[in-house]
Amino acid sequence: MAIAIIVLVVVGLGVVVVFNNLVGLRNQVLNAFRQIDVQLKRRHDLIPNLVESVKGEMKFEKETLERVIQARTAAVSAGQGGNMADVMAKEGMLTQALGRLMAISENYPNLKANESVRTLMEELTHTENQIGFSRQFYNDVVTKFNTKQQVFPTNLFAAMLGFSPSALWELPADSPERENPKVNLAV
Amino acid sequence: MNIYEQQASNRRMTAGIMFVFIAFFLVIGLGFDFFYLNFNPTVDAQAQYKWNPNGYYEAQASGASTVPFGTIFSLLFGVGLAANGLYNGASMVLRSTMARRALASNDKEKQFLNVVTEMATAAGLPVPAAYIVPDPDLNAFATGMNPATSVIAVTEGLLNALNREELQAVVAHEMSHIRNYDIRLMTVTAALMGAIALISDFAGRSSRYGRRTTGLSSSGGSNRKGGAVIFFVIWLLLVLLAPLISRMLAMAISRQREFLADASGAEITRNPVALISALEKIRAAVTPTNAINNGVAHMCITDPRGSLIEEKAGFAADLLATHPPMEKRILALKVMAYQADKPAA
Repeated sequence: MAIAIIVLVVVGLGVVVVFNNLVGLRNQVLNAFRQIDVQLKRRHDLIPNLVESVKGEMKFEKETLERVIQARTAAVSAGQGGNMADVMAKEGMLTQALGRLMAISENYPNLKANESVRTLMEELTHTENQIGFSRQFYNDVVTKFNTKQQVFPTNLFAAMLGFSPSALWELPADSPERENPKVNLAV
Repeated sequence: MNIYEQQASNRRMTAGIMFVFIAFFLVIGLGFDFFYLNFNPTVDAQAQYKWNPNGYYEAQASGASTVPFGTIFSLLFGVGLAANGLYNGASMVLRSTMARRALASNDKEKQFLNVVTEMATAAGLPVPAAYIVPDPDLNAFATGMNPATSVIAVTEGLLNALNREELQAVVAHEMSHIRNYDIRLMTVTAALMGAIALISDFAGRSSRYGRRTTGLSSSGGSNRKGGAVIFFVIWLLLVLLAPLISRMLAMAISRQREFLADASGAEITRNPVALISALEKIRAAVTPTNAINNGVAHMCITDPRGSLIEEKAGFAADLLATHPPMEKRILALKVMAYQADKPAA
């Protein structure tokens, strides 16, 4: 009888510890996810300034600039919609449009000489990196959370305690970010 | 070793080092009492009782002090210094290198600030303060007591010589020192090492002019004299060699941690290649970092003395180098980047 009680208490304590660990990790996952949102918002705020300051020099790249603006508008409205797959797809398009803009801007020495453009380009690189690294961190935390749930013996009762694996931040299968960039070397 | 084991080991090591440090002060204090102030507890037991004219017996001091003033004072001093190292270590280190805060108005420094923010995001830590050390050599270090109050400092030369990705790799290396709590261990070690050098210098100097001879001849019975001389020699050796021993200890601690910081730095950026090219640039700049003195050498990404001792392998180099040979570090990273095969050993 006494042994049975001891076993029960030990198991009970074990479950409490596991539960608390999992709750901590789940909150970390949520926080890491919000961090990505913060960075995406930052990028949305940055783009109008950037487009405004390069517009004068890059008259011939009107199409590229239009694409960036459109992609931004689409991404902002997807963010308000809150559909995850949609957000990922639209943000992916925005990343691609910006990448193209940055690549093309290399062709304009005047732009590079311009102080405010240089600052903005650094800001943009910074924001792109921030987005990348916050995604990376999110995926790291999610992996930790999911592994914790799936290892023995936690896997026996993780679902019972109401935990389910979180989704990694992945690009949708048809995302434009997956396409290889087309490089035109013809002069 | 995973990150939690690493953190636990660093915590243990920090406590251990502070313990050894305080014990060192205890020994210095005891020796000082014994040899300079003629402290001798056995005299107390056989104190002579003299008849006092007021009508009672009174214990008479027999030329020896019965209160170990030296020990008490030096112990208090040691504890005070250790506490000071814990609370002010980071600012002491920064002051000794004349570091200043990075300015957002400067292009390069703005980039450095941005990179620090990015690496904090990637490591999931609070953003450390970014400092610049005014020196043309290439070097970097991190200090602080915990991630929330940490500091990353790089030299001006490093900012000018590295491109964005390489700077990112170096900052990630420092960030992993912060994440593993290496910074606390290293900062406390630096603060205590400085204090030991100071004390040892003082004790060594005063022993030359002190009243050692009177202390030896008048301390207790004559049969203890031979033993006292031996103890005195050992004590003096300990005091004089303390700076060297403490520096070797710091180097041993630092060497182990550099490999790990390289590896986890590469894990933060997922870009070992950038760290390889940064280390190669840092290695090519062999001039010493003058702004960084020897006391904080073990905290830096590479030895600020700029000597080529890092390049040598062997026992002497192992004892004296603060960092593993650059060759080995770069090779380990190349293995990570699939640019080299795993070494046989």
